[in-house]
Amino acid sequence: MDFGLTDDQRDIQRTARDLLAERAKPDIVREHAEAGTVDGALWKELCELGWPGIAISEENGGQGLGRIELSILCEELGRVLAPVPFLPTVLASTLIEHSGSAEQRAAWLPRLASGEATGALGSSVDGTAGLVIGAVGADVIVLIDTDGGASLLEASAAEVTPLAAIDPTRSAARVSGSGEELPGDVAAGTDRALVAISSELVGVCGRALEMTVEYVKDRKQFGVPVGAYQAVSHRCAQMLLDTEKARSTAAYAAWTADADPERLPEAAAMAKVTASEAGREVTASAIQAHGGIGFTWEADVHWLYKRAQLDSVLLGGAGSHRASIAGILAERIRSGAAA
Amino acid sequence: MDLTFSPQETAFRDEIREWLAANPPSAEPADGGEDAHYAWRRDWQRRMYDGGWAAPSWPTEYGGRGSTPTESAIYFEEIGRARVPLPANVLGLLLGGPTLMVWGTPEQKERYLPPILSGEEIWCQGFSEPDAGSDLAALKTRAVKDGDDWLVTGQKVWTSGAQYSKWCMLVARTDSEVAKHKGLTYFLMDMDQAAVQVRPLRQITGEAEFNELFIEEARIPDANVVGGVGNGWKVALTTLMNERAGLGFVLQIRLRQLLDDLIAAAAERGLLENGGYADALADLHVRCESIRLLAWKGLTDVEKYGQPGPEGSLVKWLWSDTNQRLTQLAVDIVGPQALTSGTAWSYELLRARGNTIEGGTTEVLKNIIAERVLGLPRLKATA
Repeated sequence: MDFGLTDDQRDIQRTARDLLAERAKPDIVREHAEAGTVDGALWKELCELGWPGIAISEENGGQGLGRIELSILCEELGRVLAPVPFLPTVLASTLIEHSGSAEQRAAWLPRLASGEATGALGSSVDGTAGLVIGAVGADVIVLIDTDGGASLLEASAAEVTPLAAIDPTRSAARVSGSGEELPGDVAAGTDRALVAISSELVGVCGRALEMTVEYVKDRKQFGVPVGAYQAVSHRCAQMLLDTEKARSTAAYAAWTADADPERLPEAAAMAKVTASEAGREVTASAIQAHGGIGFTWEADVHWLYKRAQLDSVLLGGAGSHRASIAGILAERIRSGAAA
Repeated sequence: MDLTFSPQETAFRDEIREWLAANPPSAEPADGGEDAHYAWRRDWQRRMYDGGWAAPSWPTEYGGRGSTPTESAIYFEEIGRARVPLPANVLGLLLGGPTLMVWGTPEQKERYLPPILSGEEIWCQGFSEPDAGSDLAALKTRAVKDGDDWLVTGQKVWTSGAQYSKWCMLVARTDSEVAKHKGLTYFLMDMDQAAVQVRPLRQITGEAEFNELFIEEARIPDANVVGGVGNGWKVALTTLMNERAGLGFVLQIRLRQLLDDLIAAAAERGLLENGGYADALADLHVRCESIRLLAWKGLTDVEKYGQPGPEGSLVKWLWSDTNQRLTQLAVDIVGPQALTSGTAWSYELLRARGNTIEGGTTEVLKNIIAERVLGLPRLKATA
């Protein structure tokens, strides 16, 4: 029993944090957010380091590391809101790798692993997805349909209509079209995708909490730092509790994906529930604890709130995943197994 | 990250699981009140002691098995899973013994540890007072030197098991001239004297788990000072740190069992198909699992770094809040008959109100998290 990271995983985390602290400073992120552009130089660098292929198997051109390693990168990129198509690309490759055919894997994974191609993943109803992050300019888009199937659309087969989403650190678009079916177990890919999104949310929450703690220690009213007031400090404690719940369930889910896949459906749903809730609550609290300045465009907390809003509802919000969990619990009752 | 047990841990789990299956406690007394119930739990401790399972986390030199923190957690998980009670002398085993191991003299360890383990001498904890709850260091019970003895006068409250106890871990003020944390001393007080009066404290469930102690010039020999005169605050902190360590795993499992019971009750009534109840039960399931994961995460920190991370306070906070939500939802699922006095759910509902108060109120836990984990400034208390 060891809940911690291995030395190698810690190295990945440290390297990622150091690199992003330098390359994705808040003013750089703001510049891209306001211009609606991808940070091409950063994306190129991350691709050279092999990040998009970290969890893709070696025979498909990736590094062959695990879902925990991928989650570490998602969290670090989420912390800084890096304006790169990392998450959409790994979500697409996750579905292709775990739910696609051998041909689909061979055709797309090496290119997605190297970053030569970018991808996106969305939920669709009758072939149309209302909002897909990273879809603008993506080479391949995977749509998970409400009927449980999934299809793969090459850029040429997809009708992509750019949208201005509230989170401008990533592109967004409405996507429709019919592509080729992913013939494998769609849930196997979807559950892993949920974990990656959850991990990004954990990073967003962690950063929101850090910024808030820093601010309330510094900001004085009535002659004392506002963080000394329990109305404020207890809000910060709640932010930590929410973040740690999300962190531990996301870590558990990433671990089950590789080590105990039977537990993955439940673990992935739990991770998305806690991360979606934490993402909304923690970033909303960050704005509140910053007071008036938190509501201004100038303070950077709103970018975190906006990213969290998007991530929280991607592939289903907390309520829909609680419904999945209730289904799992009911099934256990029917089959006489203990929870 | 590896969330599986090592072969050694698995063997430990199998051993305690098999032992509990082969050595169940005798039938729980149906009547006879709290005395009969306590006698039953004392008998149960004796069986565990005879089987070598009264306190596996104690070092082998004191009669334990020297088990690792993970093995200790497994031990409590298995006790919870088997739905057997904790040994009767839980405060002696989890708090008193470990405190003596850190602060006791060789003579004290030799004298007191064996009867704690066997259950021959029960221990209770005399910390809180009517005017010193969360602000424990404000306690007023005074101890005055009288020859080779100390004479103690004051009042203690929330003393569970006092009526069955031989020894009380008592913190008293021995110097009122110095700062409030500095004038305290930790004593072992013999409960078997007329100067100590025990009065049951009836709680909102109607039962009396706790007592008040009225102490009027009780006599304590100087040899019963633990950790030195004036060092009581530090010794008391050792006791309090142990309070949160082991018990969490039992509580977590009890919560899981209660939730399983509630899910079964909902299924019987066809309410798992009801969107509102399904959502609420799934929410409780996620909370339960979060508690389990945070508890294990805290244990990893203990094993790796020798001390718990912030998880201890988070787990206690989340557990108490979840138990209150769970028991409240049970009333909706079972219906108004759940509120019939003497039923399991009515008891659980009422008992749960104490969870966010005992062992550190939620408000104090939030202060601890804000100040010690997040490093936020402390608001100066007004005198």
